[in-house]
Amino acid sequence: MSRNRLLIGAALTLAVLLFIFIAINPAPKPVPAEPTASTFPTTLEAVTQAEPGRRQLDIRQWQTDTGSRVLFVHTGQLPMLDVRVLFDAGSARDDGQPGLASLTNAMLDQGADGLDVGDIARGFEDLGASFGNSSHRDMALLTLTSLSAPEFRDPALALMRRIMHAPSFPEDALTRLRTQMLQGLRMQQQVPGPQLSRAFNALLFGEHPYATPSGGTPESLPGITRDDLVAYYQRYYTAQNAVIALVGDITEEQARDIATQLSDALPQGERAVRLPVAQTLTERHTTHIDFPSSQTHISLGNQLISRGHPDYVPLYVGNHILGGGGFSAILMDEVRQKRGLVYGVYSGISPMASGGPFTVSLQTANDNADAALKLTLELISDFVANGPTDEQLQLAVDDLTGSFALATASNSDIVGQLGAIGFYDLPLDYLDTFQQAISDVSAGDIRDAFQRHLVPDNLAIASIGPRAPDPARASETPVNDSAPADTAE
Amino acid sequence: MRIVLSLLLTLCSASLLAEELPPTHEFTLDNGLTVLVREDHRAPVATVMIWYRVGSIDEPAGMTGMSHMLEHMMFKNTRHLTPGDYAALVSRFGGQTNAFTSYEYTAYYQTYEATRLPLALELEAERMAHLRIDPEEFSREVQVVLEERRQRTDDNPNALAWEKFSGILRPGTGYAHPVIGWRREIEQYQPERAMDWYQQWYTPGNAVLVIAGDVTREQVEPLVKQFFGPIDARDVPFRPTPKMADPAGDRRLDLVLPVQVPSLYLGWNVPSLATAEDPQTYYILNMLAGVLDGGTSARIESSLVRGQRLAAGAGAGYQGLSREDGVFTVTATPVPGVTLDQLQAAIEAEIHKLAETPPEQAELDRVRAQVLSGYVFGQDSVFGQAMELGYLAMIGQDWRLSANMAEALAQVTPQQVSDAAHTWLVPARRAMARVEPEASTPEAAQ
Repeated sequence: MSRNRLLIGAALTLAVLLFIFIAINPAPKPVPAEPTASTFPTTLEAVTQAEPGRRQLDIRQWQTDTGSRVLFVHTGQLPMLDVRVLFDAGSARDDGQPGLASLTNAMLDQGADGLDVGDIARGFEDLGASFGNSSHRDMALLTLTSLSAPEFRDPALALMRRIMHAPSFPEDALTRLRTQMLQGLRMQQQVPGPQLSRAFNALLFGEHPYATPSGGTPESLPGITRDDLVAYYQRYYTAQNAVIALVGDITEEQARDIATQLSDALPQGERAVRLPVAQTLTERHTTHIDFPSSQTHISLGNQLISRGHPDYVPLYVGNHILGGGGFSAILMDEVRQKRGLVYGVYSGISPMASGGPFTVSLQTANDNADAALKLTLELISDFVANGPTDEQLQLAVDDLTGSFALATASNSDIVGQLGAIGFYDLPLDYLDTFQQAISDVSAGDIRDAFQRHLVPDNLAIASIGPRAPDPARASETPVNDSAPADTAE
Repeated sequence: MRIVLSLLLTLCSASLLAEELPPTHEFTLDNGLTVLVREDHRAPVATVMIWYRVGSIDEPAGMTGMSHMLEHMMFKNTRHLTPGDYAALVSRFGGQTNAFTSYEYTAYYQTYEATRLPLALELEAERMAHLRIDPEEFSREVQVVLEERRQRTDDNPNALAWEKFSGILRPGTGYAHPVIGWRREIEQYQPERAMDWYQQWYTPGNAVLVIAGDVTREQVEPLVKQFFGPIDARDVPFRPTPKMADPAGDRRLDLVLPVQVPSLYLGWNVPSLATAEDPQTYYILNMLAGVLDGGTSARIESSLVRGQRLAAGAGAGYQGLSREDGVFTVTATPVPGVTLDQLQAAIEAEIHKLAETPPEQAELDRVRAQVLSGYVFGQDSVFGQAMELGYLAMIGQDWRLSANMAEALAQVTPQQVSDAAHTWLVPARRAMARVEPEASTPEAAQ
């Protein structure tokens, strides 16, 4: 994918990714229902009364004869096609061999059906098509973006089918990719973030497969053989274990043909059995990595709920208020805006296939780490005890429901939504019903849901820096004092 | 296959690009504000971006990073807004907002469902004309920026290496100091200087407003005039016209940093579209970068990573859109057991090979195929389209550049690519940084 927007694209990407310094804005005070400062903004009333536009998605869904679930949306404005094939084949299925899922996925385009890696790459690039593969904890993906005219689309899809049908997993490519991954692991040791992420995952998920480090370990990678990859592919890259999402300028009939051919290219097998739900930690676990960084990075969290739990919606909205809403969240307001302790602090709740962890992450100068952790814990406890105010809730509901138009604005957005709906067996009207459910949540629902599922004393805490942060060492930092604290180092 | 393909490409370039460009309108208010409107009616969303022609290249010594600092302050106090108000208003209408600062520009955006457009414009006009800087807010935000610097640069040896390499890559220019600024200068920022910076650069004539999405010119123009029209015209600050610099000489930086994997940074000072005597040079250098690293099948990947297996990762690129000269860069990390000398020799051998022997036409066609499709794929994102329009305006280029890119690249010949490698990628224009681990243990070198 990333290769494709060459030239101008490359210039922009570079400008955006490397040299740009994004300001994450401060969080809000609740907006008064009636604007105070001499009716500023003057457009408020008109904008409030405007009827928001909606993009109606006509989602078609079916199953191929060989058992792949398919979702399709026709969009005719741009002459392009997005294809996304999702397999229940993420690192949660590594089964004691960390890195197996990632390596299998990365090896798919290294050789197939008599073609070597160069043939495959040239094949897509000659067509201007963009083929991608990636592996995550729940899922593994193959993606293709192509011009939709048949002379581009057909050969690109044919090549994708050959990769899906007969990957050859060449030994020399395995050796090379393994070396690259090991080198990648060494580079991760140079910076705090990835090290903390591994340690936190291990702490949070314990014995559950989600604890597996997706990128493998220096110990596990050398032991992964070609036979392991072949077996993994045969078991998990099956028609029955696949979801195919298609968006673009093709007819439904064409979409059905494409889906059938992709599905038929895959081995026969079974849909992977659902993993057990991750366990909630019932007491505090902590870990610290000594590292000579100028900031201490801290992650906190616990496993809260299983997928499909009715409390997901109040937890989701509550998380937005507490720390997920970026610009408008309590954590950003208190920790960054009012005290200047961090550049970023966020919380999230991830609806995974076999768990729903709540996590908070922040990075702060070493001298501020005790105070920042203490404050963050207090803010979480305070939120669990009291829930949001009605004003905070209203702002979050307005924000979440008002932003739905943005979630399906591009083909790329839509294919992502279709993939998630298919992979997690969500109903086709999921986007609408979810939006409605958000609107129906009350502040009490949120407080109750947080009290049912989140015990602040049981949050796992992982950190990396010159020394472990200790909230007990921090001086008093009142939570609701809006006066600025002195944060000079 | 190849012949068929070239035919297809010809057809394609004719049909895709002869199709009318996406509806795009340009107009200028009396106070000098330039407005670009890109219509995209696929979904009811709109992005509003305001771009100011000021970035880190404009900062004198002692003021490095001030453009970025000012960007942070733009989310705080104005005549009508106190800290938090702006973010809450955007949230209340489900919007997304942020800002970014780079070498040549500072830009702000808001993205909403399209009926929220008037609010977006009113907010942007408010902070263009009526910023207030509160000293206490300012000093707290300095702490935030220092945290940002620690996070992005100080604790990341590769980012630190890039910062130091940038110091010798374009010496004596505004590109030689980091966008975020030097720590010692950030620590000494004064609110008055930020306000001066704002008053100097944030004038309507120095800004470009980009509106992209489900909008029409008829709808947008009166709103823009209503909110931005009353802002007084002021002098547009002087920025020197880009001119080609003399070769800076062969430069080398040896860095010892807390890394486990060594790395190599190479860069050459080459013309940009703005400084090239003949604009064709810009397209030729793009083609050269594409032949080296325009995909997984290109030479860097196929030779250095796969064939010779010297690099664990490597990339080449040409940044030819800038306000001064461009740079051609190659960066690489070796696999264990390979030294930076070996890696450098292999990279230079690839360049030498290109300089001696013109590339295959098929390699050029492949680069062009990706530019053609990339142009279509790029239109899938409203935000991306607004980014492109704004960025091109900042460096003084026409917004039609990307639409015409593939056609311009068709004029580039293999011989020209070869000649360009020969002419521009020479020692007198080269900067090099080599990063080695602190304690060169046998294990690290393996």
